[in-house]
Amino acid sequence: MSLKLKNVSRTFDGITAVKNFSISAEPGEIIGLLGTSGCGKSTLLRAISGLDNDYDGEISINGNTSKEVDDRTGFIFQEPRLLPWLPVLENVTFGLKGNKETKVQRAKEFLENVGLSGKEQLYPRQLSGGMAQRVAIARALVTSPEILLLDEPFSALDAFTKMQLQDLLLDVWHTYKSTVVLVTHDIDEALYLCDRIVVLRGQPGQIDTEFVIKEERPRQRGGQKLAEYKSEILDRLDLNNTHSYTS
Amino acid sequence: MAKNQGELTSVLVGRNAMRKKKAKFKSYIFTHPVILGSLLPVVLLSLWEILSRMEVFPSYQLPAPTVILQTIIEMGQEGTLVTHIGITTYRVFAGFILGTVVAVVLGSLVGFYKNAEKLFDPMIQAFRSIPSLAWVPLFILWMGIGESSKITMIAVGVFFPVYLNIVSGILGVDRKLIEVGKMYGLNTIQLIIRIILPASLPSFLVGLRSGLGLGWMFVVAAELMGASQGLGYLLVLGQNTLSPETIIASIILFAIIGKISDWVLKKIEIRSLHWQDRLVK
Repeated sequence: MSLKLKNVSRTFDGITAVKNFSISAEPGEIIGLLGTSGCGKSTLLRAISGLDNDYDGEISINGNTSKEVDDRTGFIFQEPRLLPWLPVLENVTFGLKGNKETKVQRAKEFLENVGLSGKEQLYPRQLSGGMAQRVAIARALVTSPEILLLDEPFSALDAFTKMQLQDLLLDVWHTYKSTVVLVTHDIDEALYLCDRIVVLRGQPGQIDTEFVIKEERPRQRGGQKLAEYKSEILDRLDLNNTHSYTS
Repeated sequence: MAKNQGELTSVLVGRNAMRKKKAKFKSYIFTHPVILGSLLPVVLLSLWEILSRMEVFPSYQLPAPTVILQTIIEMGQEGTLVTHIGITTYRVFAGFILGTVVAVVLGSLVGFYKNAEKLFDPMIQAFRSIPSLAWVPLFILWMGIGESSKITMIAVGVFFPVYLNIVSGILGVDRKLIEVGKMYGLNTIQLIIRIILPASLPSFLVGLRSGLGLGWMFVVAAELMGASQGLGYLLVLGQNTLSPETIIASIILFAIIGKISDWVLKKIEIRSLHWQDRLVK
C-alpha cells in the first residue's frame, strides 16, 4: 500500500513537535525516520497509525485520508505492551481473525521465527524483557500487515537478538512486501534495513535530508558502502565534529 | 581399642544424624502455617479457660470457652443455630448481590462515559459522605422492619466500595494496552470486553472483598435494630437475658462465617488473577 504525508504538523498545548512534514512511500518501501530524541519521530508514527488524530495536514493510505486506524496497519511499540492476563500464544493470536486452529498454527509459526517455540503457555510476567519484545514483534507480524509501523522496536534488545529480528523483519517484508516505516535512533539499523532514510532535525522536527540507500539486500553489516553513508549521516546530524557540543 | 573407638564414633555420627533429622522435623512442625497460626489462639484459650475455672473472671461476665462451645452445640441440637446462621447469611448474600449489581451498572457507566461521570459521580460522592448507618431509621420508616429494609441497608454498605473500585479500575486501565486494541481495529464494545474488563478485574475483586466485609458489618447493625432471627438477634437476646455466652457465641460464629466467605472470594481472586506479576511472600 502506498503512504503519503502532506504538510503534517502536530502541536501539543502550543508546543509544535513536528512541522510541515511531507513524504511519500511507494508500496513495499522501507522508510527510516532517523533523528535525535525529541524531534517528533514517534509523534509522526502515531499520526500515521491513526492512534493520534489531532494533527494538521493530510495522511493518505492508499488514497484514503480518514484519520481512523486502518486495520491493515501493524504497530510495534517501543515497549512490548503484552496483555498480562493472556498467555504468550493468545497474545500473538490477539489480532488475528478466523478459526482457532489456523490462528494457533500461524501464531506458533511466528513464535518459532522469533525463537520462542515451547513458551506458548507462559504468561508475560514469566518472560524477560527481550522475550516479551519478541512476542510483541510476533504479534505484529502475524497479521502480515500491509503497512508496518515500528517505533524503535529493537532498542531494548541485546545485539544478537536485535540482528536476528532485523533479519526476521526483512524475511516477512520479502514475503508480504509491506510498506514499512521505521523510527529509530540507531544509524546502523536504519542503514541495514531501509530503502530510504529521512533525517529529522530540530524542535519542532523538520526534514533535514533524505538518503536513498541503493545497496542491494542482503546488505553486509558494517560494509564499506554503509560506512560511507553512516559518516555522511553523522555529518548531517553534527555528530562528527566535537565543535557542536561547545557551540 | 582402636576398633572400639571406630565403633563409638560411628554410633555418635549415627546419633548426630538422627538428632539433626529430629531437629529438622521439629523446625518443620513449628513453622507449618497451621500450627504457627493456631499457636497464639490455643495459648490464649487455655489461659482463658483456666482463669475462668479459677473464677478470676466472674461467669456472668466472661464465661469459659467450654461453656460457650456448649451453648453453640446446644443451639445446634435445638436446630436454631442453622436458622440463625442461615437467615444472616441470606441477608448478607442478598444485600451483597443487590449492592454489587447496582455498583457494577453505575460504576461501568461512570467509568466508560464522561457524561455519565459528570451526571452521577458528584451525587454518589455526596451520598458516600453520609454515614451509612444514618439511613437505618429512614429505611425502617419506609420499608418496615422486615427483610427489605435490612437487605437494602446491607446493599448500601456493599455498594460504595464496589462502585469506587470499579470506577478507579476502569479509569486506571493502561492507555498503552487500549492502544494495542485500537491498532487491531477493535470497536468500543470489543475494547471493553477484551481489554478494559480483564484489566480492571483486580480492582473489581478488591472492591468485592471490602464490600463483603462491610456487608457483614451492616448485617449486625440491621439485625440489632430489630430482628427475631439471625446472629445479630442473638447479640440482643444475650444482652437482654444476661447471658454473655450467647453474645460471645454469636461473635465467634460471625468470625467463622465471615472468614469463610472472605476465603471463598480470595480463592476466586487467586484463581482469576494468577497472571498478575506480584510479590510472592
